Amino acid sequence: MVQANTTQQAAGGDEGVYTQEFLTFTLGPEEYAIDILKVQEIRGYEQPTTIANAPAFIKGVINLRGIIVPIVDMRIKFGVGKAEYTPFTVVIILSIGGRVVGMVVDGVSDVTSLRSDQIRPAPEFAATVDTRYIKGLGTLGERMLIVVDIEKLMLSSEMALVEQAADSQPN
Amino acid sequence: MSIDMSQFYQVFFEETGEHLANMENLLLGLDIDAPDAEQLNAIFRAAHSIKGSSGTFGFTDLQDVTHILENLLDRVRKGELQLRNDMIDAFLDAGDVLKNLLAAHQGEGEADRAAAEAICQRLRQLTEGSTVTTTVADAANAVPPAPTFAEASSETGLDLHFVIDGPATDEALENLKGELAQHGEVRTFELPAAPDQPCHVTLIGAVDPDLLRGLLEFVARNDSIRIEPLGSAGTALADAADGAYGFFRDEPAAAVAAAASDDGYGFFEPLPATAAPVDESFGFFEPLPELRPPVADESFGFFEPLPEPAAAPAPPPPPPTPPKPAAKAAPAPKTAAADTTIRVGVDKVDQLINLVGELVITQAMLAQSAAQIDPVEFERLHNGLIQLERNTRDLQEAVMSIRMMPMSVVFSRFPRVVRDISQKLGKQVELKLSGEHTELDKGLIERITDPLTHLVRNSLDHGIELPEARAAKGKQPVGTITLSAYHQSGNIVIEVGDDGAGLPRDKILAKARERGLNVHDQMTDQEVFALIFEAGFSTADQITEVSGRGVGMDVVKKNITALGGRVDIDSMAGIGTRMTVRLPLTLAILDGMSVAVGNETYIIPLGYVIESLQAEPGMIKSVSGVERLIQVRDEYLPVVTLHELFHVPGAVTALAEGIMIILEADGTKAALFVDAMVGQHQVVIKSLETNYRKVAGVSGATIMGDGRVALILDVSMLVDMARRALPAAA
Repeated sequence: MVQANTTQQAAGGDEGVYTQEFLTFTLGPEEYAIDILKVQEIRGYEQPTTIANAPAFIKGVINLRGIIVPIVDMRIKFGVGKAEYTPFTVVIILSIGGRVVGMVVDGVSDVTSLRSDQIRPAPEFAATVDTRYIKGLGTLGERMLIVVDIEKLMLSSEMALVEQAADSQPN
Repeated sequence: MSIDMSQFYQVFFEETGEHLANMENLLLGLDIDAPDAEQLNAIFRAAHSIKGSSGTFGFTDLQDVTHILENLLDRVRKGELQLRNDMIDAFLDAGDVLKNLLAAHQGEGEADRAAAEAICQRLRQLTEGSTVTTTVADAANAVPPAPTFAEASSETGLDLHFVIDGPATDEALENLKGELAQHGEVRTFELPAAPDQPCHVTLIGAVDPDLLRGLLEFVARNDSIRIEPLGSAGTALADAADGAYGFFRDEPAAAVAAAASDDGYGFFEPLPATAAPVDESFGFFEPLPELRPPVADESFGFFEPLPEPAAAPAPPPPPPTPPKPAAKAAPAPKTAAADTTIRVGVDKVDQLINLVGELVITQAMLAQSAAQIDPVEFERLHNGLIQLERNTRDLQEAVMSIRMMPMSVVFSRFPRVVRDISQKLGKQVELKLSGEHTELDKGLIERITDPLTHLVRNSLDHGIELPEARAAKGKQPVGTITLSAYHQSGNIVIEVGDDGAGLPRDKILAKARERGLNVHDQMTDQEVFALIFEAGFSTADQITEVSGRGVGMDVVKKNITALGGRVDIDSMAGIGTRMTVRLPLTLAILDGMSVAVGNETYIIPLGYVIESLQAEPGMIKSVSGVERLIQVRDEYLPVVTLHELFHVPGAVTALAEGIMIILEADGTKAALFVDAMVGQHQVVIKSLETNYRKVAGVSGATIMGDGRVALILDVSMLVDMARRALPAAA
């Protein structure tokens, strides 16, 4: 469904300007974008097995064709939207640094190409998500895409997926 | 067509290793005063097989040593020489030298040529031993009968002539040159003047002409390839290469052709004439100094040099009189060869196990869906599913059993260890083995060997006393070390026991104080003995070659714990010591009990479960207002409530309404409180850490029949939690 040839120099473009493909998804009213190369597949939500004493945004683990995969609900993590699970709830399975992680979002929009000059640095602001993990804000016509460094975020201690659990954010 | 010889090397190494191990076992089992002829024959056969195949592969050093060894063995088995203890020692040492040489060929360590030479000398002396008359024959035998292929070609090379097929690009020629250079020194590389003109290459070094033929066939016209020994017009090699894939020793061409037998995949040695036209032989054949009729055709085998009658393993003197003629011994190895093994990579087996695991899950899912449809209407479907279930279960068992190996694989090395060390220490020790047939996962077998060896050495060094000391205590001068293995509740238990001095409690305590460890006199024996597993702890007065450096017991404990097992020590002063190692049967599969808490299902490894019961209200005791203890018969056990620990909503909270599962881990008991027991399963252990992180109280995960994930509880940690939580609650 998705081609892997994304990072390429825009033909005849300025020095350092390149195009990258992003998968965009929605959390409540907000639109986010992540590097398409980190996405393994997209599947429907199924009830995971809960893990004892895990932060609230870690919904548990599922069996993905024999692999045990943890599921993170980004809506709880980012504190946007309502964490409801309908037949239309979508899980984006990410493949990050040799690990497989599932991410619950409200919906997947599309795959978009963004030139690097379309991504503006994010200003410092207080948010439930640390601005360290925001690469920038992409503009696409009227839409504002929050470009997230998903690898950095998922491997951070804040997500409690890898190292010792940090306290969950209030939601 | 040619075959890359290197693919057979591994088989050779493994087989030779097995022969050596087998030989050692048999040697150790020999009764010196009345050696069993059958055993002697078996030892001889092992030596002979090693000699044969090492000669075939051009490992002349191995061949030389085994040749002399074989001579001596042959004389012993024919009753010409009396078996003596020093011979056994020499045989064992020769085995060690062979192992060393073998390892060197595999690229592990250096070959100890001096040791090889020394053992050859020693064996020769033993062979000459009493009878001087055979000296000449021995001397003749001691010299390798003929220069081997490898030796012969070390200063020679090959002339290659061939016509490049198709357009000869520079790139292709460079590639070819590179390929050839891997096999020897390319002295000349004459390019063709024009297409269709022959190329001429001179290659220096020990090269298998067939190998080159195979290489050249990729680029050259088949009919144009000519391979000749350097500077000679000899065509023997080229002739022999036709259709025969073996290595040929420097024998007359006629003999080589004679050696080839129909479709033989095995290692052939001179055969009795009757056995000659064997088709499809996979076995090993015993020697008889007779030539086989020529039946050359498509042989994949490796051929043993046909000895000149004089060089035959049996020395000339009394030919047909020995009690066990070699011809009679031949059928034995042949039948053994019939049920030999296939060597398969462990990764392939593991993949198979994983796949079967998935299959079992799929089957369970199908069964669950089928349970909802009408069994009358879909009778055939139901029957099919029942059949499927049975087949999958059988398949799973069969696949799991591939990884299982008998304990004898480990135990078989100990007779030698005990013999060597007890001799070194001047002690008399008898080793008793039991339960060698107990099966254990291969992965565990490999990793338990070293810790066990250490425990045995420890018993030998520290446990068993010197004969005088034993006699003074009124014990038998010969000490006993027992090694036994058996299954106990999903575990394998391996015991290393000795009837020696026992562990000195006072000495250990004193040493512990000296090292500044936190000890006191009121500690139980178990606790005191466990101190010897501390790093750097040794009570040996002297550092011996065997032990005493204080390195080891801590490593033993660490290794065993890493395998999911544990070690316990029982000891009584003057009576003996017993080390008990408990290990799970396998690392991949677990017998588990599934329990329900709220909507969740958890798996408890069955090995930890002692019993389960429903608590009567009277059994539950409270400590400072909190219900924390349960009285089971005459014991008070702490209660671990799983739903509290894991914060599971919707669980049964009244202790008398759920189920208490009594668990034991690390010598501590606790009662785990759950809602209900669901069933008992064999589950495939999956790591949670692959994609997630370690979770307190959970050792892994598994996939249940309905495809959902269930967590496997870490019982040791739960019991530990109970112990730590208890004072806090009180």
